[in-house]
Amino acid sequence: MIKNISNLGDAALYCDFGNEVSREINSSVIRYYRNIKNKNIKEIKNLTPSYNKLIISFDLKKTNFKEMKKIIEEITINQKEVLSSKKIKIPVCCDKSFSLDIERLEKKLNLTRDKIFDCFFDNEYFCYMTGFIAGMPFLGDLDKKMQAKRLETPRVKVPKGSVGLTEQFANIYTFESPGGWNIIGNTPLEIFHTNKEKEPNLINPGDTIIFNRINIDEYKDYNE
Amino acid sequence: MSTKIIMNRNYFKIIRAGINTTFQDSGRNNLYHIGIPFSGAMDNRNYLISNKLVGNLIIRPVIEFAYQGPLLKYYGNKLSFTITGDVTFKLKKNDQIIEGNCYETYFLENGDEIDILSTNRCVYGYLSISAEFKINSQWGSFSTNTKAKIGSNNGEKLNNDQEIEIFNIHSNLSKKKLNYLNTKIEKIRVIKGTNFNYFSEESKKKFFKKEFTVSKLSDRMGMRLEGEKIENIVNTNIKSEGLLKGVIQVPADGNPIIMLSDHGTIGGYPKIGVVISADYDKLVQIPSGSQIKFQEVELTDAETLFKLYEIETQNLISQIQ
Repeated sequence: MIKNISNLGDAALYCDFGNEVSREINSSVIRYYRNIKNKNIKEIKNLTPSYNKLIISFDLKKTNFKEMKKIIEEITINQKEVLSSKKIKIPVCCDKSFSLDIERLEKKLNLTRDKIFDCFFDNEYFCYMTGFIAGMPFLGDLDKKMQAKRLETPRVKVPKGSVGLTEQFANIYTFESPGGWNIIGNTPLEIFHTNKEKEPNLINPGDTIIFNRINIDEYKDYNE
Repeated sequence: MSTKIIMNRNYFKIIRAGINTTFQDSGRNNLYHIGIPFSGAMDNRNYLISNKLVGNLIIRPVIEFAYQGPLLKYYGNKLSFTITGDVTFKLKKNDQIIEGNCYETYFLENGDEIDILSTNRCVYGYLSISAEFKINSQWGSFSTNTKAKIGSNNGEKLNNDQEIEIFNIHSNLSKKKLNYLNTKIEKIRVIKGTNFNYFSEESKKKFFKKEFTVSKLSDRMGMRLEGEKIENIVNTNIKSEGLLKGVIQVPADGNPIIMLSDHGTIGGYPKIGVVISADYDKLVQIPSGSQIKFQEVELTDAETLFKLYEIETQNLISQIQ
């Protein structure tokens, strides 16, 4: 549930769901986000769901904070309703040319690379949010023994398709971008389709992700 | 009746592209949730005025430039153009060189050149023509975001030697002019951010008292400020959450960063404040190296100031007939 709605500047609502990062709280954020999005409220410009916040920016020419707050407060959400979730399989290759930070992780986690990969692929992930760069999914949760901090010095260029780990999350770099996550592999699958006019992103908040391991030959054949 | 040669192709040849010249319009809505920023013309008022002066719908795409603008050679049938902002430019017609005035329209004929030398006391300027650029829109907008490679011109800024196709030249060309001076801004007004209490008492005071310098590292994504360090006493990170244009984040180094139109959609630094909507157009026009000072306002004042700013913009637009 929304604990508090305050203003972020003069043209946005800051809906606070608490300070914890958990699936339960995030599911509540996503329920609100989906419900409001489906209503197509014409004054709303953008909705940004994240771990435990929902930011709703609106057109100050058409409305104001007080009016918008009232609209949102009047929305009732059934918190018991099961969140529908699309299941998406993502192929990942962990060839040494892709797993750029596996040695660092072996040291930091005190685990062998086989153990790290097994643990990573055994898990099912939940998409908490997408963003930062277009279509980048923030996926959780990694097992406690798999949690490492980000790189002390971020990379200037992380290759497109890289799969990275930081703390309890995994993500996928949808474009070549600077970044500091521990890279363990690469997916040949297009996660964000720049050329698609509708629904360019493959993964949305609330989706379930399963990674399946492929070898370098399968990786090379993937897009042929 | 005079004989006219009708050319079947109208285009600009870019002789010099300038520093950061892109197509911009009123921006993209409703895509923050997948990580796509708003973009759009940085200074919305000057963008709208430029379109109105040449008789366009006011939300047509225009050419935005920063600091040094482009040098364009025109080939085609007669059209009119205007430049808005605080810009020094020249129009070259055969051997004649005309010193250009902003907020005034000029006719452009086959072989003429527009040389946009520099912006003066501002960062961004706008070039509009009484015709349409042949460019593609993406997700409801023509705006180019060069960092995400999104939008017209394949998500890139204009390049030297490139040609830009032009079509649909208006049939009625007339001279228009607006008497308008970009007001110099003294202070940028700010509403306290959601993490205002993450900062020490002294830093909170300093934030609204001291001057900050706009760093050279500023661009369409963000404006970086330098000055007295803002001291965080709670946590230098927050759980990543949504951002908006105008949000002022303070990373661990204590130097504030203001999110501008091409900003990343989520971020994990505490938010000390948000620039009010009425001051955004003026904020983006503060050149690097200049001083900036913040003044705190309440939400209701910010709402009133925006209404006034909107009325003023509409008045300026309706003065152009």
